[in-house]
Amino acid sequence: MKNTNNFVGRNLYDLADFSKEEIISILKTTQAMKEINLRDYKKLPTLRGKTVCTLFFENSTRTKMSFELAANRLSADVVSFSASTSSLTKGESLQDTVYTLNAMGIDLYIIRHSCPGTPQLVNKYSGKPVLNAGDGRHAHPTQALLDIFSIWEKRGTLEGLKIAIVGDIAHSRVVRSNLIGMKKLGASVTVCAPKTLMPSKMEEVYGCTVDYDLKSALKDADVIMGLRMQLERQSEGLFPSLEEYTKRYVLSKETIKFAKKDALIMHPGPMNRGIEILPEIADSNQSIIIEQVANGVAVRMALIYLTLGGKI
Amino acid sequence: MKKLIKNGKIYLDGKFENKDILINDEKIEQIGSDIQNDNFEVIDAKGNFVLPGFVDLHSHLRDPGQTNKEDIVSGTKAAAKGGFTTICAMPNTEPIVDNVATVEYIKRKAKDLGYSKVEVIGALTKKSEGKEISEIASMIEYGIVAVSDDGHCVQNAKIKLNAMKYASSFDIPVIVHPEEYNLAGSGQINAGKYSTKLGLGGIPGLAEEIIIARDIMLAESSKCRLHIAHVSTAKAIDLIREAKKKGVSVTCEVTPHHLLLTEDLCENFDTNTKVKPPLRTEKDRKACIAGLIDGTIDFIATDHAPHADYEKEREFVLAPFGINGFESAFASLYSELVLTGNISLELLIEKMSTAPAKFIKKNIGEIKEGRVADLTIVNLDDTICLTSGNMLSKSKNTPYLNKTLKGKVIQTFCNGRETWKA
Repeated sequence: MKNTNNFVGRNLYDLADFSKEEIISILKTTQAMKEINLRDYKKLPTLRGKTVCTLFFENSTRTKMSFELAANRLSADVVSFSASTSSLTKGESLQDTVYTLNAMGIDLYIIRHSCPGTPQLVNKYSGKPVLNAGDGRHAHPTQALLDIFSIWEKRGTLEGLKIAIVGDIAHSRVVRSNLIGMKKLGASVTVCAPKTLMPSKMEEVYGCTVDYDLKSALKDADVIMGLRMQLERQSEGLFPSLEEYTKRYVLSKETIKFAKKDALIMHPGPMNRGIEILPEIADSNQSIIIEQVANGVAVRMALIYLTLGGKI
Repeated sequence: MKKLIKNGKIYLDGKFENKDILINDEKIEQIGSDIQNDNFEVIDAKGNFVLPGFVDLHSHLRDPGQTNKEDIVSGTKAAAKGGFTTICAMPNTEPIVDNVATVEYIKRKAKDLGYSKVEVIGALTKKSEGKEISEIASMIEYGIVAVSDDGHCVQNAKIKLNAMKYASSFDIPVIVHPEEYNLAGSGQINAGKYSTKLGLGGIPGLAEEIIIARDIMLAESSKCRLHIAHVSTAKAIDLIREAKKKGVSVTCEVTPHHLLLTEDLCENFDTNTKVKPPLRTEKDRKACIAGLIDGTIDFIATDHAPHADYEKEREFVLAPFGINGFESAFASLYSELVLTGNISLELLIEKMSTAPAKFIKKNIGEIKEGRVADLTIVNLDDTICLTSGNMLSKSKNTPYLNKTLKGKVIQTFCNGRETWKA
């Protein structure tokens, strides 16, 4: 059978790199991978002999584990390189690190880094495909794909859906990638935060709606996504207190009643229960937060599979 | 031997004339029609333009202390190749130029080994820390032409006021790199569409404008000659235009990159677009051109800021700010401002030679009999293409790398001596 996979060797820096059709193709492959994850024997022999390197310059337990599990389930060998961003300013340059790793025969890099644009550098230095596992505030395409998959799986399409994303928009790479992908698939997205946590020119850049008021942002929403609110933003002078933030922006029974009755509740994690979302919502029947995590492994399996030449 | 430049189009009193120039040692002895060869070394400039050597008020030669990036020899060689005959060195070296010994070191090394004249700008405050005034009067005795904490910006208004008052006692201009640190924060590119899109910290125009507004008020109060470095926003230019109307003693400069390039170039995370102030919007760029034309902006300065390849070749956020300027300045401005019909060649020469020369009060910047022979011969039809192999600067951090530009500097004479020949 002819392999129609045109993802081989491609980089995933952000969802802007893929067309609508390609994103849907990834979602379909994800569906197939998800079925494998539900089996008793969760392993495919496909990528035997391939080596995947996770390069993490920022702390992350969940994303790293999710990627490594994904690669393992496809039978690829996985090696990990971890360093703090602070060591970068003192120690070996990224260029030398990648040259060194590359000499060991890596087929695919997965990178997380606090500086936007770093995945592009890893590709430049290695000549190997790179999956972006989060670069600063810039992009987190695999998270966006798993979010989109989670909605797509439940609703069959994103076309015409109203999605509200609430929280620290300014510091969120998840939002940026989601805006690109959701928009491509035909959803309309409203982002909601106080002005100090909202980047400028959002409407112009992403074609989304900006709302500073939670209730009107949630009005008639099909999907509600909460974002993690970090206490350090308080000392940066961006909001006065978690208590006041919660009063205005928490996802609660009270506030989500403005959305559609069956609206999906999502959160990329880790959650601050009681701050951006109340347990009554996080644990409700509408919540698909735990499914998102499961879908994360499947999405990453799909991407590793496609990039390293799996058949579709 | 005397040198005779024949058949060139000479820039004289604001227009071009077909004349010959006779150079005797350091000076222009005669400008005339068809000067007869009397055993002179003849330079045939047929088809070429002969311009007053360019003058750059704002450059970083990195010497002493950061000679991995540049030194006085490589920097002045690159300057000569770009047609510059006088360049002013900013004091943010290691050590900072806040004392007469360092002033003397730079001047002597440039005189002995340099390919263009180097004027020194002294630090406004000791170590450019913005705390204590440096020994400005002593450095003036050693020939500094201005004072500045360039790269740094005095945040405390009281200290700035006193430093400006002190400097004005000796009638020396104070150059400000306008940047309010809290507003600029850890910003990387212009705050706006692209900082949002790329997730990079933004440096708002406000960070620049608020210091310009403050320093204009301080200049009014202190009667100091204030010069504003590298203006980059429409609002900043408006503030200066208004201040000039009111009679405040303020001047300003703009860089080639703020006249020619905009923030969208940062989209591919090319660290050769990372510069302070950041590349701004098209609206700001157009305001820079308008300011140059209406005289609000007094002249062009390169802010030549070399950084070694290995310093720039890294994560965008971790790379230093600054781009290389000497070798691309004229060709980029000629190609992208003159040939596009935005400004005249005459205005470009005024802004690259005559006006900055006036600012430093040196008898240069015009072609006249009796003046020193600082001359730049250009071929406007010929092209240049800077590559990492042919650049003379030690650093290759220019957004014009591997791009072809029109307007080639063929030959440069500094004090009558040939300092560059293509």
